Parts: sequence; C-alpha cells; structure tokens
Amino acid sequence: MDILSLFVVIPVLTITAILLLKDTRQVRLVSAFGMGLQLLMAASLVFLYLTARHAGNNDEMLFIKDYLWFKSLNIHYAVGVDGISVAMIMLTSLVVFAGIFASWEVEFLRKEFFISLILLASGVFGFFISIDLFTMFLFYELAVIPMYLLIGIWGTGPKEYSAMKLTLMLMGGSALLLVGLLGIYFNSSPDGNRLTFNILEISKVVIPLPDQRIFFPLTFVGFGVLGALFPFHTWSPDGHASAPTAVSMLHAGVLMKLGGYGAFRVAIFLMPEAAHELSWIFIILTSISIVYGAFGAIAQKDLKYINAYSSISHCGLVLFAVLMMNQTAMNGAIIQMISHGLMTALFFALIGMIYGRTHTRMIYEMGGLMKIVPFLSVCYVIAGLASLGLPGLSGFVAEMTIFVGAFQHPELFYRIVTILAVSSIVITAVYILRVIAILLLGPTTNEHFEHLPDAKWFEKISVVTLIGSVAAIGLAPFWLSTMIGTSLHPIIEKIIALNPF
Amino acid sequence: MSLGTFLIMRHELLLIAAALLVLIAEIFWNPDKKSSISLFSIVLLGIITIIGFLPSPAGSLFGGMYISSGTRLIMKNILNIGVLLVFIQSFTWLKKEENSEKISEYFLLLISTLVGMNFMISAGHFLIFYIGIELATIPIAALSAFDRYKNKSAEAGIKLILSSALSSGVLLYGLSMIYGTTGTLYFSEVATHFGNHSLQILGFIFFFSGMAFKISIVPFHLWTADVYEGSPVNITSYLSVISKGAAVFILMIILFTVFPVIMATWQKTIFVTSILTMTIGNLFAIRQQNLKRFLAFSSISQAGYILLGLIGGNQLGMASVIYYILVYIFSNLGAFGVVIAISNATGKENIDDYNGLYQTNPNLSLIMTLALFSLAGIPPVAGFFGKFFLFTAAAQKGFFFLVLIAVLNTIISLFYYLLVVKAMFINKSEKPISMFKSDFSTRFALGICVAGIVVTGFASIIFEVIRNLSFGV
Repeated sequence: MDILSLFVVIPVLTITAILLLKDTRQVRLVSAFGMGLQLLMAASLVFLYLTARHAGNNDEMLFIKDYLWFKSLNIHYAVGVDGISVAMIMLTSLVVFAGIFASWEVEFLRKEFFISLILLASGVFGFFISIDLFTMFLFYELAVIPMYLLIGIWGTGPKEYSAMKLTLMLMGGSALLLVGLLGIYFNSSPDGNRLTFNILEISKVVIPLPDQRIFFPLTFVGFGVLGALFPFHTWSPDGHASAPTAVSMLHAGVLMKLGGYGAFRVAIFLMPEAAHELSWIFIILTSISIVYGAFGAIAQKDLKYINAYSSISHCGLVLFAVLMMNQTAMNGAIIQMISHGLMTALFFALIGMIYGRTHTRMIYEMGGLMKIVPFLSVCYVIAGLASLGLPGLSGFVAEMTIFVGAFQHPELFYRIVTILAVSSIVITAVYILRVIAILLLGPTTNEHFEHLPDAKWFEKISVVTLIGSVAAIGLAPFWLSTMIGTSLHPIIEKIIALNPF
Repeated sequence: MSLGTFLIMRHELLLIAAALLVLIAEIFWNPDKKSSISLFSIVLLGIITIIGFLPSPAGSLFGGMYISSGTRLIMKNILNIGVLLVFIQSFTWLKKEENSEKISEYFLLLISTLVGMNFMISAGHFLIFYIGIELATIPIAALSAFDRYKNKSAEAGIKLILSSALSSGVLLYGLSMIYGTTGTLYFSEVATHFGNHSLQILGFIFFFSGMAFKISIVPFHLWTADVYEGSPVNITSYLSVISKGAAVFILMIILFTVFPVIMATWQKTIFVTSILTMTIGNLFAIRQQNLKRFLAFSSISQAGYILLGLIGGNQLGMASVIYYILVYIFSNLGAFGVVIAISNATGKENIDDYNGLYQTNPNLSLIMTLALFSLAGIPPVAGFFGKFFLFTAAAQKGFFFLVLIAVLNTIISLFYYLLVVKAMFINKSEKPISMFKSDFSTRFALGICVAGIVVTGFASIIFEVIRNLSFGV
C-alpha cells in the first residue's frame, strides 16, 4: 500500500468502523480519531515531500503509483502529488478535522451524518491525489453526491430546495466536464499510440487547437461551476446557507477548491493554447464574480449568506489569478485557495457556533456579542481581518501576490481588470467591518442572549486549529510559496513556451 | 451432423428441458406443497445458468440459420442471470393464495420467453429471428394479464399483445422488402447483397421501427407506461430489463453484421431517436407518482443511453452495450426488488408512500438509493462505469454533441431519482410504511443485486472479458 492511497483508505476504514459501531455516542470519537490520523498523515506527507525535494528529486510528481485498471481503455488508478496537491491535502485534512469537532453535537441520525461527511472527504482526498483523469473524475463526483443528503437531511431553512439546486448544478458542471475529458482523451495521442488519461503524459502532447477551442471551455466551465464562476454561482449562497455547519465548512473550504484546482491542473495545464486565446472571456466573468460577490455580501442580512457571497468573491479571485497564467499570479491563486479554505471554514464554524446559541443568523437580531461570548467574538474578528487581507494573516499574502502577478501584464485590458478586482478589497472591508460592528460591538440588544455560554472544548479545538493555520501562513508564507513555486515551474514553462509576453 | 454438434445449442436445449420438467413436475407434485415448485424451478434455472458459463464450442447449425459464438453466449448468460433474479424475486409473490393455482404456468411461460430470446440472439436467418422474437413476446402478454381479477392487468395484457402484433407486422413488412430486394433471409447473404437502394432503406426503416417497439424507443414507446403499470411488478421488472436487453442485443448484432453497408443511414436514425428517447423518457418520468410508471419512463430513457453504444458501430460500443445491460440488470432489478418487497408487504406503490422509509426500513432504503444512483450513473457504483463506457464509445466516433445531450439528460434523470431518495430520507410522514422483515428469497435476490452493483464496476476483468468478445462493423 502506497502512502497516497492511504488517504482514501483511512476514510473508508473509518466509515467501516462507524458502520460496525453499536453505540452512536462513540461515532464522533471514531470519526475524530480517523480524521486526526488523517491529519497526522497529511503532516508527515508534507514532511516526506519536503525531504524528497531537498534530496534533489526534481520530478514533476512524487510518490507516483500506477495500477492498470481497465486495460483496453488504458484507464489507470494512478496517484502522485506535487507541492500544490500536498498543500491542498493538508488543507483538506485540517478542515475535515475541524469540521468533525464543529459537528460534535449533531444528534439526529448521527451515524449517517458522520458517514456522509467522511465519504465526502474521501472523495476530495482522492481527487487531489489522482493524476489519471478517469479516477479524478470518479472522485470528483463522489465528493459531490453526499452533499445532497447532508444538506437535505441535516440542513436548515429551505434545505430540500437548496440541496437539489446545489446537486443538480454541480452535477451539471461535471456533465460538461465529462465531455471535456473525453475530448482530451481522444486527442491524447496524435501520432496513433495508445490513448491515455494520464495527466503527465497528456501534458507532453499538443492537442490540436480546433479541438482545444471546443473542449477547453467545457472543461473550464465544468470545473468553474464548482469554483462559483459567474453566472454559474447561484447554487452557492443557497447551498451554503442551508447546509449544516460542518458541511458549509467543508464545502466552501475544500470543495470549491476542487474547481480552482481542476481548472488549473486540467483545463489550463493540458490546453494552454486555447486557455491563452479564450482567457479574456473568463477573466471578464471572474472579475464580475469578484466584484459582484463582494457587493452581494454587503446587501445580505443573514450571516451565512454574507459568507457565501464573500466566498464567491474570493473563489472568483482564484480563477482570476489562474487565468493570468504567470508564475506570481498562479502562486497567489494556490495560496488564496489554501487561505480562503481555512478562513471560510473558520467563518462557517463560528457562524454555526453562534447560531447554535442564539438560534438566529440575522445580524440585526443580534448585537453586543463581544461581551457575552468573548472567545467566539474575538475569533470572529480574527477571521474577518484575515478575510479583508490584514498583513500577518493568510489573506494578505494571497491577495497581494495575486494582484502583483496580475498587474505584471503590460496590456491595458489586464491592467483594467486588475484594478477592478483590487477594488474588491475595499468592498470586502465594508461588509466585514459592518458585520463586526452590528454583531459584536455595541450594547447587547436582546436580553435573552445575556447568559449564553462561551465556546466549549471541542469548539475551541476546531477554531484554534484553523486560526493557527491562518496565522502560520500569514507569518511564514515562504515555505508554502516555495513548495508551490517549484511545482508550478513545469506548468509555467509550458505556458511561456507558447506565448512569451 | 452428429449428435454432438447439437451441443452448440446447449442453452436452448437445456431451457426447453427445464420447461418440460416444470410441467411434468406439476402433475406429480403434492398439491399441498405447490409452492415448492418455485424452488424447483429456481434451482433448475440456477443450474442452467452455471452450465451456461462452461466453455462451449462456437459454430453454426441448420446451414447457418443458427449461429453460436462467444459474444452471443455471453449475452445469453447475462439474460440467464437476469431471469434467475426475476425468478427469485417472484418467490414470495407466488406464495400468495390467489397465485397458487398458476405457479408452474408462471415459470413455464417465463422459460419459454427465455428460449425465444436465446433463439433470437443466436439467429443467423431472419426466420429464426422472427420466431424467436414472437416466442419471446407472446407469453409475456399472458403474464401481464396474470392478475386476472384486476382490470388494469387484463388491460396491460391486451395492450401488450396488440402493440406487439402491430410491431411484428411492421417488422415483417420490412423483412419482406429486404427479402424482395436481396432474395435471401440469411444474415450473411443479406449483408453482401445490401446496398443503398431506396427500397432497401425503406425495408430497414420498417425493421428498425419494429425493433423500436420492442425496446420502447421514442416515438414507439406509448405502450410502455400502461403495460408496466398494469402488469404484476415482477413482470414489469422482467419487461423493463430482460425483454429490453434481449431486443437490444439482437438489434446490435443485426446492425453490425447485416447492415454495415448503410451505416451512415442507421447512424442518423439512431442519432435522432436516441436524443428523443432520452429526453422524452426523462421529462415524462419527472411527473410520475406511481413507482412502476416512474421506472417505466426511466427505463425508456435508459434505452436512449444504450443507443449511444450502438451509434458508433465500434467494438468498444458493443462491449459497452453488453456491459451496460449487465449493470442495468442488477441496478433495475435492485430497484424493482425493493418495490416488489414493499408491494408484497403493504401493497403500496406510490412515491409518496415511501416518505420516511429510512426511519422504518433503513436497509431497503439504502438498497433503493444504491440502485437509483447506479441507474443515474453516480460513482462508485457500476452504473457510473457503464455510462462512462457508453459515452466513451460514442465519443470515439466523434459524436461529442450526442454525448453532451446524453450527459445533460443524466442530470435530469438525477433530479427524479433524487426525488425518490428525498422521499425516503428527508420527507416526514404521518404514517410511514411500518417496519417489516422480508423473507429470505427477497433478501437473497437483493443481496445479489447489491453485490452486482458494487462489484461489476470495480472488477475491470468483467469489462475486459466482454470487450474481447465484442466486435465492430
């Protein structure tokens, strides 16, 4: 058993263990143990990866394992990681770990809840370790489908509507993606050798431009739906608002990153010519996402909606940066994925905890929470500051890198969209500070809230894990950006070979 | 011709023997223990299914009227497995008081249809093909009317017999044109004499329409919903899986071996009918309340996806169709198995009745979910692999637009499959179906279906075996 496959095997084993349990009280312990183990594994993977790189291993992907699966179609179960996927795996295990603790008090159908949650996680892990498009797609869909039950059963508000909308839109994205992947597959070997789904092998061939023009948009939009690309973002506010806490965390924190990661690893890496040619369309769309998401967040009154719109804005920034197609901006895109993943998971965890106490998410119904639940409130402020890009926290590093990278383009078009996108920082500050002012500061408006308890131990574990990571990236971004930077080289080289601007 | 060469017809001979044995057994059986005839038939078919997998010589009989090859054998084996599952699922239902008089007839009729399908698949001549298709259809009409005190059941029987008579007429008309222009009915000779003559194309269109009735391809699908709803659930499941599968198999063989010359023509035909079938089947399924009608329309749309494997005329296409039918047998019979279990226990067949089912019968709900996800093509269950290969086969020949329509259709289908999942898991109910324990036969059949749904996808060996036996135009 290779180390990477363990990331799928451990969740599956955890699920099996949960299935065998008779006592539902132990379920969360087993889940926490399994996902804790996963976190340790992720940490050791980071360590192993860095050691291997230090030892001078300059392969594009490390720890490659390849098992032939369907011989006639040349489908493999192939895994391998580079710095980017290692970083994403670390992010995922952090968020899942925190998510388990954030859902410590789920009562209704507890067993099923944790099983679905961990199933979702295993899909995400599988996606990040795959280097074969078939297995990647398989895991991608596996990550989406438990969402329906998670939101539909344990959600709040118009949960059935939101769950259906989210599932159908995301599956619609994967439908487009499937066509795109088949298009890549049948162009993967122009000189008549065996067709392949292996990303590394496909990246060595040049797919004919007319085909790229058809399949690049399909693939990019397919992933873009999950990355909340305007105008396919509408599932996101409803879905996030209705989902239970841990699911919002996982979804905004990790699942939306599948979109960004896929757009960059599959769509742009394998079809750079079309990406370069068509990027202006998608840059306009992502700029709309960024600005529109931020304005949307100002207009909302529900905490979860505010965050969902802010996620649209931030995830738009990821796709925006990826489309800039240069080293700095792409580096920023990856850091932004990690940073936003942690930050938004933190936000949703805190919102869940506040909602669990006040039973409302409407900001105008609350006030002065700082005096009542100081721990949660301080954490909320930290999350907010990270989100608006305060230096010292992860958001600053990410956004700074992205905007510097984007502005490197000499053409006027890129300059204008970059300036537009930069304006989102100000808008972000508006909605973050507004929420903090209404929600946390000022006098206590509702006397029922005066005796609410502050965070419990499991909530503290959840929150502290995330804050620690956000601060770590903010204070010491260099190890992350080196890890990403070396892995970006092959991709950037491929792009620069095409169009040295 | 020595007696040994008859062993090429092993499947058919064994099934005929089994049918006779069941008849004879009925005469000598103790009338108080009638229900054990079911067990007897199940065991018989089980043995035949196992024998079917033993290696067998390929060859032809009766001067090429009957052909046996690895491809055709695996098709027959797949049908055997499906019928065996239907047999096991019928066990509880046949124990009911009103059916005790007709147990052996039930098995006799089903085995006869299976014999018909086997002859149909092995046909090397349009005459054998026609006899097979009739033998496969007419007993089904009797079975549809099996609940003779129910109006709907009688109606289903008469609808099925009338529409299949019409379709046979259309089919025969087409065959007469083919005979008139080529002067032969042997597959191999028709293939060599076929050209782009307009009368021949017309003959082909009539032939295709006749087959489209059997597979319920739009616009020849109108009989499906009523017949499916009126028939007893077991027969509905049989119709939607086995009959359809067999008809697809032979259509594929004939398209690939008899009509390769006019491939451009049938590709256009399939292109249009496939889009219509998927879309209309899906759109109608959304509105259904009765689960049998629901699954009927869902199976219409499934036929549309299956056509995607035919359109390319490639080896991968044939492999993916055979593979998909196998997967489809497990998935659809899994879904029907749950419907049968609940229908036997409570008589309820509407989606609303399933509200809150997970609270009372978690295992049945999980199996239903798994089966529906497999039908929708959600990983990691087998349906995902099946659909993926079908789409790959069409994409291999450049039908990307068709694949796009098909994948968008899977999203529509996911919507209505999720409606059932939602009823079971999310909706609350005042009076949910009370907890019940189904008997061994039901659980056994469902167990096989679940195993099939889970294993068929991951075990790549199954697909590879099928692919090695397949061929293209």
